[in-house]
Amino acid sequence: MKRTALHGEHVKLGAKLVPFGGFEMPVQYSSILKEHNAVRHRAGLFDLSHMGQFWLTGDMVADWADTLTTNAVATMKPMQARYNLFCNPAGGTHDDTIFYRLENRWLLVVNASNADKMWEHLNANRPASGVELENQHGKSALIAIQGPRSLAMLQPHVDVDLEALKYYFCIEGRVDGVPATIARTGYTGEDGFELFLSNDAAPKIWSTLLESHRGEGLEACGLGARDVLRLEAGMPLYGHELTEEITPVQAGLKWAVKTTKPEFLGKEALEGQIHGDDYSRIAGVVMGGRIPAREGYPVWHGGRLVGSIRSGSIAPSVDNKNVATALLEKAAATEATRLEIEIRGTKHEATVVPLPFYKRAK
Amino acid sequence: MAQPEDLLYSREHEWVKLDGESATIGITDYAQEQLGDIVYVELPKIGTEIEQFFNVGVIESVKAVSDLFTPMSGKVVEINETLEGDPAAVNREPYGAGWLFKLKLTDPDEAKSLLNAAAYEKTTAG
Repeated sequence: MKRTALHGEHVKLGAKLVPFGGFEMPVQYSSILKEHNAVRHRAGLFDLSHMGQFWLTGDMVADWADTLTTNAVATMKPMQARYNLFCNPAGGTHDDTIFYRLENRWLLVVNASNADKMWEHLNANRPASGVELENQHGKSALIAIQGPRSLAMLQPHVDVDLEALKYYFCIEGRVDGVPATIARTGYTGEDGFELFLSNDAAPKIWSTLLESHRGEGLEACGLGARDVLRLEAGMPLYGHELTEEITPVQAGLKWAVKTTKPEFLGKEALEGQIHGDDYSRIAGVVMGGRIPAREGYPVWHGGRLVGSIRSGSIAPSVDNKNVATALLEKAAATEATRLEIEIRGTKHEATVVPLPFYKRAK
Repeated sequence: MAQPEDLLYSREHEWVKLDGESATIGITDYAQEQLGDIVYVELPKIGTEIEQFFNVGVIESVKAVSDLFTPMSGKVVEINETLEGDPAAVNREPYGAGWLFKLKLTDPDEAKSLLNAAAYEKTTAG
């Protein structure tokens, strides 16, 4: 099992560690609900160093990447970040990622569990010249600070104006003197920042941030809180709402599928799906009762099996309701449809609701 | 948290408080700690006869669904109904307000197969 540069910090904090994407990662430090609450109301600190970081250089990167991804790469401005997906020829999702256009290279962040697969995919499709790839997976660290207080907490540590940094843009700066790429990105539904920095510098930055701002309510947060936060915010998690079988269109990500691009892997299949508009799709579901919906539970409508649950959790930011995502036949996926979720042999009432479940006040 | 000395324990991390022919059942502090934030507890129905070490319900935390076993056999005479609205009581007070159900015991001698506090403590060490 691999460890991130912050493993020692997690152990010191008494984190509960679990295997995730080939790494031993903190699922929680104190309590998932307490950590979730910190991010919604103050700020939380996350170790995301398990995620794959690839560096892409060369004149051809943008044009080449546009042939492999659904969203546009070449139109990105300097220092912009953009969500993007790689598909297989059938339109199923190979991975969902973020591209960062830095000054002298591109940074591609992929899911930890897909990092090896993606590294092979990129190399197998690499042109003879104009694209160089460097695998930084496990060699560079990534720390996220997320929540309404994250700007105020991080600002005194950095030499750049965070207020001026736009959402989904990044800037090269220093965090407590250490060079870092500072991005205004995240996966929690809150404002926040992601710090790409060296493994060597990461533990010191982590402990300094935590110790300096614990008094203001900054909490170390694990993957458990992250999953609840992203589910409430309607963000897909690879392996759940996106898989090699589930396309971005099915997952409600049509906005990130640019069919105006001349060609890209999976384009024909995705165009056909959009045009036919008869596909099973990811929908939001709210349970009537107190039993949480879990991945794989069968979903029934009008006596017919119409799909299954993909993710589920209690949602503290949505009146503590039990919310879930489900992959449902089109007819069952419209808002206000009454569903029955089968849990341990008994059917329980649920209703289709729009995604996201939670939206922060601007 | 030290294990209360007046209780008996199962290897599946339930505790039993004996009171003659009756017993109160809950899960241990170690168990609630391992489960994390508890969000739903499904208890056996009042009046059902349940058998020692069998699966009689479910405890769900934010992350996981775990089976609940009974450490002794008997007829369910009372369940902790407050857990429906406040399942987190099991996290806060596993040996108090977070108790799960009460049994009229079929065979009080089954208690011999359970552990005392010191023996249980050893099963959770390390």
